[in-house]
Amino acid sequence: MRDALNDLVSVLEAKQADALVSAEINPRDELEVYVTPAHIVDFVDFLKTHPSCQFTTLIDITAVDYPDREKRFDVVYHFLSMTQNQRIRVKLSVAEDELVDSIVSVHPSANWPEREVFDMYGILFANHPDLRRLLTDYGFKGHPLRKDFPTTGYVELRYDETEKRVVYEPVKLTQEYRQFDFMSPWEGAEYILPGDEKKEA
Amino acid sequence: MEGSNNDVLTGEQKIRNFSINFGPQHPAAHGVLRMVLELDGEIVERADPHIGLLHRGTEKLMESRTYLQNLPYLDRLDYVAPMNQEHAWCLAIEKLTGVEVPRRASLIRVLYSEIGRILNHIMNTCSQAMDVGALTPNLWGFEEREKLMVFYERACGARLHANYFRPGGVHQDLPEDLLADIDAWAEEFPGILDDIEELLTENRIFKQRNVDIAVVSQQDVTDWGMSGVMARGSGLAWDLRRAQPYECYDEFDFKIPVGKNGDCYDRYLCRMEEMRESTKIIRQAIQKLDECKGEDVLARGKLTPPKRADMKTSMEALIHHFKLYTEGFHVPAGEVYAAVEAPKGEFGVFIVADGTNKPYKAKLRAPGYSHLQAVNHIATGHQLADVAAIIGTIDIVFGEIDR
Repeated sequence: MRDALNDLVSVLEAKQADALVSAEINPRDELEVYVTPAHIVDFVDFLKTHPSCQFTTLIDITAVDYPDREKRFDVVYHFLSMTQNQRIRVKLSVAEDELVDSIVSVHPSANWPEREVFDMYGILFANHPDLRRLLTDYGFKGHPLRKDFPTTGYVELRYDETEKRVVYEPVKLTQEYRQFDFMSPWEGAEYILPGDEKKEA
Repeated sequence: MEGSNNDVLTGEQKIRNFSINFGPQHPAAHGVLRMVLELDGEIVERADPHIGLLHRGTEKLMESRTYLQNLPYLDRLDYVAPMNQEHAWCLAIEKLTGVEVPRRASLIRVLYSEIGRILNHIMNTCSQAMDVGALTPNLWGFEEREKLMVFYERACGARLHANYFRPGGVHQDLPEDLLADIDAWAEEFPGILDDIEELLTENRIFKQRNVDIAVVSQQDVTDWGMSGVMARGSGLAWDLRRAQPYECYDEFDFKIPVGKNGDCYDRYLCRMEEMRESTKIIRQAIQKLDECKGEDVLARGKLTPPKRADMKTSMEALIHHFKLYTEGFHVPAGEVYAAVEAPKGEFGVFIVADGTNKPYKAKLRAPGYSHLQAVNHIATGHQLADVAAIIGTIDIVFGEIDR
């Protein structure tokens, strides 16, 4: 398994040197590849068509939000090759205001996953045929899976008996949203216990 | 009408395309699917599924709960076969932490995954029959489902939302007579499948509604990311249990049924055959389980609670129990993708762990999602009446698609 992945890495390094930023096989025998956003379409096309790759099935596209990074989002693609019986994870980093090229032209099945990533993270895909929201409500505002989006959301809805329709209202919580944090103070939790703030002075 | 020689169309002849809403309240929509269909007469020209009506923000919620607290969310994805989803979650965590599952637990997981597969396939084939006009198979099938749910209940206390598989094993060992009862059921079940097949397989109406409907080519399978029966119905012998064996599937003897034409009828036959194969696996698993009676079903360690008896005498065990169910366990930082062959296809879990007790990001890859996406491609050119058969055959459950 690992040897086959190593072979694959050497093929990628030889043929796709421009696109490749880094390639790593993690301890769980998964191949993780970082590529430059500019080359993603060519790279995915290479993965699909090259005889030693044949990653013809797109499993999934998602993103991960790291608000502290300069390039905030990692877009993550998973591919499967049924003929080679291998998987690959392709990643690229983008900032909030950058566009990612859509891979719908290579994999038609990228349509919904890209729409979902746009919906959930607000990452825009260039040349996507139909970039509408997918999972959230019609007329929804915001991108729920961003780390700065509250879990409770901003609006709630109810049926209004007088207006005879569903109305949207700002979320009213009868008690504060309870975020239990049981992290042990001995294992990495960064609490400021009452009185600790005086330590600095 | 103008002059008699004039070819001006009458009002009736002026045909325009018609858009209709299929769902969200439609008995054949299998849940809350709203599909905007553009029709030319009775022919579907475009199908635009609007999903998300059952969106619960599972992935968002998961980010603020511990790994153990997240487990029940997995049941609520594909609620027709809940334990198969839990399986993927547990496998992902076990991969990250490097925990070895005890043999007995592994066998129980296989046993219940296969029960889940039968639960799902009964539901699918029988309601497919109902979608095309036959009521009886559904009634017969649900009787069997009910028995299987009792087996679920006897193992974990819940008929549907099991929360039974745990990272590092399964929650509890099975009660005493359960294995014998499952075995007795598995002996009878092929006979009931025969009965259902007698109603459907050579039934003229059933064939008229299914043969050559929604033909999926092998190219379509890869283009649209299909898996499971959708791929196997078109002749691709792709099954993760065989291709990328997880748990202890490599020691079981079972066949992978493959279709030829890739139409609704072939997929129906595949599912019927898969149920028979699953029954075989169940019986083998029971046999193997008899050989390891009384062994532990949890890899005792950080991920799992201590034995009840230990907690009565050992302070450390008591502390560990308390910490496990409040703080949860920590998972080393890293990323992992774990997939299982769920009844509907490849169900995958992608976790980004940051070393704390909660996942930094969890992504659930549902098989039905890609299948439903392909519905526009499949349904175009079919009759409106076939849409119900197509939705039935792609086997969608909105719990997993909308998440």
